[in-house]
Amino acid sequence: MKIKVIVTLKSGVLDPQGKAIQQTLNGMGFANVKDVRQGKYFDLDISENDEQKAKFAAEEICKKLLANQVIEDFKII
Amino acid sequence: MNSSVIIFPGSNCDRDMDVALKKFGFKNKMVWHDDDKLPKSDLIVLPGGFSYGDYLRCGSIAGKSKIIQSVIDFANSGGLVLGICNGFQILTETGLLKGVLQQNKNIEFICKNIFIKINNNENKFFSNIEKNVLELHIAHNEGNYFCSEDELKSLEDSNQIAAYYCAPDGKIDEKSNPNGAIKNIAGIFNEKKNILGMMPHPERMIDQYLSGEDGSIFFENLIRNLK
Repeated sequence: MKIKVIVTLKSGVLDPQGKAIQQTLNGMGFANVKDVRQGKYFDLDISENDEQKAKFAAEEICKKLLANQVIEDFKII
Repeated sequence: MNSSVIIFPGSNCDRDMDVALKKFGFKNKMVWHDDDKLPKSDLIVLPGGFSYGDYLRCGSIAGKSKIIQSVIDFANSGGLVLGICNGFQILTETGLLKGVLQQNKNIEFICKNIFIKINNNENKFFSNIEKNVLELHIAHNEGNYFCSEDELKSLEDSNQIAAYYCAPDGKIDEKSNPNGAIKNIAGIFNEKKNILGMMPHPERMIDQYLSGEDGSIFFENLIRNLK
């Protein structure tokens, strides 16, 4: 079963790369871009047919490795 | 005194640390990350470098390696653990130290000498040290220490901030903060003060001709405190 995970920085946590991307976009003429936050995307292929079980496993995986919950949130989709 | 330096794939300050520890009298052993037992040690060092290529987050993969459970057990039983640079990042990823090392505020890799002011001398690492302001070296992309307001308060309340970036005269100001670290924090302890993580590299400052010798002061003092 394929599970998608998105890890993003919590709001309020400084994102220097996102800021640099935003400034670059502004410099390229995309003047209406007010903010950019950079995140990470993961495709997990879990050998599990039950969606609930797969998502439960994905949640554990996010908590234990993929996201550092001091600064990051995760979303399983 | 016996010390052990853990080597991860991508560690690159492990041999410098080995040289430094031996120079000041430690009997040091190098320990591969895939081992599961530590040699008998009075001090465990997690060295600097780019363990596992900094994949995912700095220190995150090393923080799950085979040897780490033994390091955690050693630390929890009161053993002295020192994490320098990537070693500090690994300690935060294991949860032994609070907070996280984020990318430097200016998005640049910083490689230069800096000064730190030691904030807490009531521990094995810094008690009796002859200078409270040390000139050390930093080389990192992710040294921007961050933690929540609550965690910061608890670090301050229990005197867990080990050192601050400062001016050569010891003044802690924004200008002396190289990477955007919250409150100029360069290093922290755990609550019991037997685990120290810091970004600056004392092992790079042990030669009177090549660098400076403030790192020597750190190691000489450490081994004196352990004897």
